[in-house]
Amino acid sequence: MDARVMTPNDLNWPPAGECDSVPYGVFNDPEVFDREMELIYQGPTWNFLGLAAEVPNAGDYKATFIGDIPVVVTRDNDGQIYAWENRCAHRGALVVRDNCGSSDGSHTCVYHQWSFNNQGDLIGVPFRRGLGGNGGMPDDFDMQDYPLRKIRVEDYNGAVFGTFDWDMEDVDTYLGGDSSVNDHVKRIFNRPVKVLGHARQYIDSNWKFYAENTKDPYHASLLHLFHMTFGLYRSSQTGGVRLSNDWNTVLFSESGTDSDESLKETSDAHLRTYQAGDYSLEDMSLLAGRAGEWNDNTTLVILSIMPSLVIQQIQNTLAVRQIVPKNEKEFELVWTYFGYEDDDPELDAIRLKQINLIGPAGMISMEDGESSVICQQAISRSRDARNVLQMGGKTAEDQDHLVTETTIRGFWKKYRELMAY
Amino acid sequence: MSYETLLEVTGLINDYVACIDADELERWPDFFTPQCNYKVIPRENADAGLPVSVMFCDSQGMLKDRIVALRNANVFAPHFYRHLVSNTRITGESDGQIKAQTNYAVFQTLLDGETRIFNVGRYDDTIVRVDGKLLFKEKICVFDTYRIQTLMVTPI
Ligand code: FES
Ligand SMILES: [Fe+2]
Repeated sequence: MDARVMTPNDLNWPPAGECDSVPYGVFNDPEVFDREMELIYQGPTWNFLGLAAEVPNAGDYKATFIGDIPVVVTRDNDGQIYAWENRCAHRGALVVRDNCGSSDGSHTCVYHQWSFNNQGDLIGVPFRRGLGGNGGMPDDFDMQDYPLRKIRVEDYNGAVFGTFDWDMEDVDTYLGGDSSVNDHVKRIFNRPVKVLGHARQYIDSNWKFYAENTKDPYHASLLHLFHMTFGLYRSSQTGGVRLSNDWNTVLFSESGTDSDESLKETSDAHLRTYQAGDYSLEDMSLLAGRAGEWNDNTTLVILSIMPSLVIQQIQNTLAVRQIVPKNEKEFELVWTYFGYEDDDPELDAIRLKQINLIGPAGMISMEDGESSVICQQAISRSRDARNVLQMGGKTAEDQDHLVTETTIRGFWKKYRELMAY
Repeated sequence: MSYETLLEVTGLINDYVACIDADELERWPDFFTPQCNYKVIPRENADAGLPVSVMFCDSQGMLKDRIVALRNANVFAPHFYRHLVSNTRITGESDGQIKAQTNYAVFQTLLDGETRIFNVGRYDDTIVRVDGKLLFKEKICVFDTYRIQTLMVTPI
């Protein structure tokens, strides 16, 4: 390990091997954040960079981040996707300054106009041989020695991942190979997708509060009250969670009404959530979906692929959410909604309308950002105190129900391993 | 285009934002025709020709449902909105429909008293007269502030 990122391991972790609680210091310590940028984001992980459909043609590019590091994704004339750190090899300026676009195959830094090709190789240096016999680069200056910092890329069924670790296993293995998590990824990316649009949220919380949230089926019917308020059935009672490589997880559930028994238990508990039947939707078209789109009954899939990706299917909405950490108490969440290239106009309309349910203004789930914020606000000076992650047990394994935090335990297990805590 | 039309349209827009700022959201759907189109769309999508809106209601019923959800279901930090609107221009008038563009800025204040610029953009409105009263048939809010702070629950 790089000595520069060694910090004293003074966090109040539970004994090695236990993953049912973590010290709040991981959420508010800038040194922990720096260490994550080294050991996780630039470590042995695959980071989501975007959809291949965002750079469909040769010359197309998009700017994004791995952790807080600016990177650019390009498609070259060979049809392959490349990525490099967006830091000029000369003196460090941003090479690409817009979010996305299309180039003629060269990317020129505005500062001194060094230019790079789509693969990140240096192809031009102004005044390299000097001007009127003056200046110029030394004779031994070789452009081959000054590429942009390259990132290894894999286009996995249309989802593009990048890593700084050139020795990494491939994405398929990272997702667990023959695993339920990987099967769910392949199910969603089963044919070419088309981008429907983006949404961005800036959330004043550590990125890991959100990572926990995306692995937390426990909160679904307790924090999110949309279904209960409108007397709509909850589908969350049948489903389960699966893990691969500990911290890549999927929560899924199938359509079907709640059992009378579980509804009664909910009602008897006098939860804030139970207001069934008090209101009804004026316009039910909001919920008009198309069943069986994937030839199954699955209506909810939340894939949480660490460290930076959530893939969701909620009814007919499809989206990837990229987690972009900014510092120990802020992150950005970039949503890219998509459909399939072969969607018919009716399905297009269904997906666009259901976005009302999911996203920064989503009536079902807008609370997720809020829950992260109120955690961050509460732990301002908490370092040694620990949270409690014991719903559904103390270990991390697959479970066939959703009353659990097993997936969050899996996350922290892998986190401790990568962070050498 | 007459000066009276401009005056009437700015009056409608002023009443509309006053209703939201006063938190009289139950009246908000009344500014629209029963069949309507309300979209809050990030400028990056609008510019790229991508259809995704963060809010998209195509009936007055959907507008009402949003408010019922806001009041009873959604969990968020209590806040006030303050809209400033300006530069209203009538961009077209035909078949009884008025097209208008207006700049807006929404300031959001949380209970700690801090005010943030929450959402800045442009209204693209299509306005019709029903029983003598102007109503929005279409209201497209194209917002420049396409990185939303935390969440958006109150309409723009
Ligand atoms: S910093 Fe990019 S060319 Fe000088
Ligand atoms: Fe949630």
